[in-house]
Amino acid sequence: MFIIKGLSKTYPGGVTALEEINLEILEPQVVMVIGSSGAGKSTLIRCINRLIEPTTGSVQLNEVEITTLGKTGLRKARRRMGMIFQEYNLVDRLTVMENVLSGRLGYVSFLQAYRRKYGPEDISAAYELLDRVGLTENCNSRADALSGGQRQRVGIARALMQRPDLLLVDEPTASLDPKTSRQIMRLIVELASERGTPALINIHDVALARSFADRIIGLARGRVAFDGTAAEVSDQVLTEIYGEEDWSATIKNDGSDSSGDENLLSKIEKESSAG
Amino acid sequence: MSQTDFKQKYPQIWKRFTPAETLVRYIWYGGIVFIAVWSVSNLDIPWFYFLDAHVQAADLITRMIPPYWPFFLDIIQPLVETLHIATLGTVFTIFLAFPVAILSARNTTFNKTTWFIGRFILVTSRSVNTVVWGLLFVAIFGPGPVAGIFSVAARSIGFVGKLIAEAIEEIDVGAVEAIEATGASKLQILLIGVLPQVMPIILGTIIYRWDINIRESTVLGFVGAGGIGIVLYSSINLFAWHEVSVILVSIFGVVILSEYLSIKARARIT
Repeated sequence: MFIIKGLSKTYPGGVTALEEINLEILEPQVVMVIGSSGAGKSTLIRCINRLIEPTTGSVQLNEVEITTLGKTGLRKARRRMGMIFQEYNLVDRLTVMENVLSGRLGYVSFLQAYRRKYGPEDISAAYELLDRVGLTENCNSRADALSGGQRQRVGIARALMQRPDLLLVDEPTASLDPKTSRQIMRLIVELASERGTPALINIHDVALARSFADRIIGLARGRVAFDGTAAEVSDQVLTEIYGEEDWSATIKNDGSDSSGDENLLSKIEKESSAG
Repeated sequence: MSQTDFKQKYPQIWKRFTPAETLVRYIWYGGIVFIAVWSVSNLDIPWFYFLDAHVQAADLITRMIPPYWPFFLDIIQPLVETLHIATLGTVFTIFLAFPVAILSARNTTFNKTTWFIGRFILVTSRSVNTVVWGLLFVAIFGPGPVAGIFSVAARSIGFVGKLIAEAIEEIDVGAVEAIEATGASKLQILLIGVLPQVMPIILGTIIYRWDINIRESTVLGFVGAGGIGIVLYSSINLFAWHEVSVILVSIFGVVILSEYLSIKARARIT
């Protein structure tokens, strides 16, 4: 159960990034947040786990009010929220395994962290996740030796190591090529649904969002401008979120004979799902 | 468009500096010359010593040569002591410099007060020369290598701590944000998010400082803080120039060796 009520964020200097956001995720579903750069997508996600402090409003995860928690309470709450980043945000000089296990830091002492002494159930969970994301072989490689797609897989494994009640995902594919983007997005969506974890995913690629979302939320100038299913995203909705533009290619239904980017993308998708 | 059109349309003269900027530069040049002339005239340098300086230098060299090589056996122990002073002082630095760097880096310090304390330690450590630290610690611990070890450490904390603090301020904040988002404690964030990122800088700086410390601890004996300096000081005072040359050659050898090891070790850090 995840409920946001009246969440606002005004940065020092007076820029209002979020204004009275209301949002409920009451079942395990994949919620994609779309919107132009500066619409407040990143701020929204970071106000939830308070990497950025919201100005006003309420955020509740499983009946716990997060916005008023003290230091220790916030740490406990953060353990329940896995986060995946655009730039992967791995610790480059640590190994893949060390990065994945860092998802359990909230549960171990400083000394255990120093000795890299994690519990046996944590170790096997890490191996299982590495197997699931296809990186078992790279377990002892340093993170900076991996490709972009592989690094994001490590990021996903780290977030899921927390066994989170909510996944916060910030532009997970913005630094990746189109094929890898679809593979990564598919992996996140599959893992979220396997584990029954709701996911809030920021994304600027509308076509990608539509093909993987249970629900789409459009942010415009810090407000919720749209909340509905992928099928309901129309020409008019996109104009409301992003402004005036020819949207016909973006929202065109797949499968038909067509030209341009969409055709190429659907081809790539077929190839990657086949392979 | 013809050639003549171009000539009319675009200027043919371009200057990097405006006349005012050029004037300012010449004022700077004039100022530097003035400072140099003023300094020399103010120092009251006894110029007549320069007349036979080359003769004196040649004389000193003839008195140093040949070096009295058997004396080398007597200085092995103080040489080893010098190495120990430098190495132990550097080991102390490893443990002290990182916490001070954490306090001194804006992105990891706890509050304004801790930042000020960290900076204060760095500035104090750096503004006092190793030999001056030696004078202080000889007064505290009495003459000998212990005073030397402490003075080496006292000076190195500032050097190493400052460079680590600068490295901490330039780390990838994304990784730190990610570790923070897992619910890790402040100390765990420093351990897992920050420390690995600055590890190459820590190792490189420590090895470099060890190399410097070996050179600096050769003169610590001048103020009684142990090592080869004590022997060098007494040989100079006794005008035993054949011994002095042995000591200088030995120090030179040790310094070359430490520099070689330092370069080799730092090249292996990735």
